[in-house]
Amino acid sequence: MIDFIKNRKYAYIFFAILLFISWGSLILFGLKPGMDFIGGSVLELKLNSNQIDQNFIEETYKEYGYQNVSIALNGDDNLTIRSVDVNEENHQQIIQKIKEKYNNVEEMRFESFGPVIGKELRDKSIKAIILVLIGIIIYLSWAFRQVSKPMASWRYGVTAILALIHDVSIPTGLYALFGHLNGLEIDSNFVVAILVILGFSVHDTIVVFDRIREKLKTHPTLDFKGVINESINETIRRSVFTSLTLLFVLLALLIFGPPSLFYFTLTLIVGTFFGTYSSIFIASPLLYDWYLFLQKNKNKQGKNLKGKK
Amino acid sequence: MKENSKNLLIVGIILVLSIVAGLFAYGQLSFLPNWFKAPYRLGLDLSGGTRLIYEADLNQVAVNDRESAMNGLRDVIERRVNLFGVSEPRVEVVKVGDSYRLSVELAGIKDINQAIEMIGETPYLEFREQRSEEETNKILEEQKNNNPEYLFVDPYFVPSEPQLTGQYLKSAKLDFDPNTYEPVVSLEFNEEGAKIFSQLTQENIGKVLAIYLDGQPISLPVVQEQINEGKAQITGKFTADEAKKLVESLNAGALPVPITLISQQSIGALQGEFFLKLSIKAGIIGLIVVIIFMIFIYGKLGLFASLALIIYTILNLTIFKLIPVTLSLSGIAGFILSIGMAVDANILIFERYREEIKLGLNKKRAIEEGFRRAWPSIRDSNVSSIITCLVLYNFTSSMVKGFSLTLLIGVLTSMFTAITITRSFLKAFIK
Repeated sequence: MIDFIKNRKYAYIFFAILLFISWGSLILFGLKPGMDFIGGSVLELKLNSNQIDQNFIEETYKEYGYQNVSIALNGDDNLTIRSVDVNEENHQQIIQKIKEKYNNVEEMRFESFGPVIGKELRDKSIKAIILVLIGIIIYLSWAFRQVSKPMASWRYGVTAILALIHDVSIPTGLYALFGHLNGLEIDSNFVVAILVILGFSVHDTIVVFDRIREKLKTHPTLDFKGVINESINETIRRSVFTSLTLLFVLLALLIFGPPSLFYFTLTLIVGTFFGTYSSIFIASPLLYDWYLFLQKNKNKQGKNLKGKK
Repeated sequence: MKENSKNLLIVGIILVLSIVAGLFAYGQLSFLPNWFKAPYRLGLDLSGGTRLIYEADLNQVAVNDRESAMNGLRDVIERRVNLFGVSEPRVEVVKVGDSYRLSVELAGIKDINQAIEMIGETPYLEFREQRSEEETNKILEEQKNNNPEYLFVDPYFVPSEPQLTGQYLKSAKLDFDPNTYEPVVSLEFNEEGAKIFSQLTQENIGKVLAIYLDGQPISLPVVQEQINEGKAQITGKFTADEAKKLVESLNAGALPVPITLISQQSIGALQGEFFLKLSIKAGIIGLIVVIIFMIFIYGKLGLFASLALIIYTILNLTIFKLIPVTLSLSGIAGFILSIGMAVDANILIFERYREEIKLGLNKKRAIEEGFRRAWPSIRDSNVSSIITCLVLYNFTSSMVKGFSLTLLIGVLTSMFTAITITRSFLKAFIK
């Protein structure tokens, strides 16, 4: 049996470093909202081995009044051009100009969202996040309605939420970091990934807490530390295995799947990994430390009472 | 012994049904009946195509009439889009807060520019007079001879003289005849329109005064009498629905709703096809790795769980095809994700089983206990996934909807396959 409580210091240190990097990136760099959320356009061209002069493209866009154009070459045959939203008339003329110069360039994709749509999607995403959080809190309070020993049930819930914050912080921090390093933007897929992670990892934590609850009833002689340790050891296989099967399909999707799902899948992988990690190494030890803290306070109070008497 | 043969029979039925479902899901063998070969419905990002979103300016329309005005507009645009010969165009009215949008999806279309131009045009409503019989015959004759001059001439009707168009029509509404209770369509012209209408009805008594929208006839009423006040009724045998549709079409021509394009997405068919192939490959590889893992960890039990997982995959594909679910890229991602989650229930059950074996139960009892005691955790884990799916489905864009829908279907069917089907296998084969 592994003693998770005794070695929790290392888990905490690891956890602190990760949180430091995540929050640090978030505060320093912030998140870059993508086209989904603020409006904008993207044009993807298949070059068919044309050597394209990027300045020419920039100039063409400028001619129609689009100043901030970012151009990226993906592989050697795919050019992505981003700018603010472009109306259809200008889009056609820009395409025509490009085709006049390089006649066998093909248009693979063109998307243009006005800022109205972006704002709407942003509002919807915020709503969705709030609703999922409310749902999870209701679910947690329902799941822990019966535990009361040796701590009130709401403390289990709060600990689970702390673990959740950890799980979500890491992928979010990763986005901030990647946003700074290579311009990764958050889009609605990111929001979906975060919400899915929330759903998964809350359950992983509940599984351990559930076992703790059961053990407290069936083994009343065991101390809290022993209960926690046994519970983690008994549930670790299923936590790890259920996450592994998910990680297998996600890795397959990351390696072999379409490039447009790359970051979505990566977010899910990071979230699943750290969600499982936190429910094993962070959530239950945290519960134990809270318990110790309460015990200490209780003892102090006891002494004080005696003193007054 | 008797119970065992019953269990084997159940397993046999499951396998036969799965094979049939599998053939339906695959659908590409020549000996299969045609309805097996129905294709999956692919989203625009996989089939290639364009999605256009228009904002409608309804300031000129009374609040109560907006819904109907949008329906009229949708029908007009649907008709135009159909002229392009697009397969299954989808034109939908979307209400966002107080504003109305029109979402137009065109699969596999090359010349988007032309489509956008056509969609953006104001609907054109006009009244047309009947041609004389000689004229009609002459035009039909010429058309038979492929005379290019006559090829696009309407042989039966000609735009009225003086012209009576949508701008003279004030409004149309659905009424019911007070005596017969049959639906009638009431028209009201403005002052100038009333004069023209009076003249036209006078000249055309007993003849058809056709109403055309965008060059297509929408109603062919026969003039009964001269109508002076600028108020007319179209009666006849139509159902309330038909009459309502006609009202909407008339109003679309009378009260044009200006629309502006606010968002556009075009995806080339080649890229969609390529992404689809990659996703299928990733899904198959993921499935195989999960199967290897399950067999490696749980041996015989894992083998049965894997069989249930394959049935799960087939069942889901069958459901996608039957409903049909529009499969976008994110929808397929949701499905692949659900493959990784579908064995979760099995893992929970098998881990419980191990614990029960350790406590000294025999295999058969341990399996029963495993199923029984793992059930609350299975239920709980699915509850949190279902919450997420429902919220995502209701609060996000159409692309994300695909993801949450396939994931939701996956969570629900996996409860069935991982529990019921695996249990049937174990009952029959583990002694």
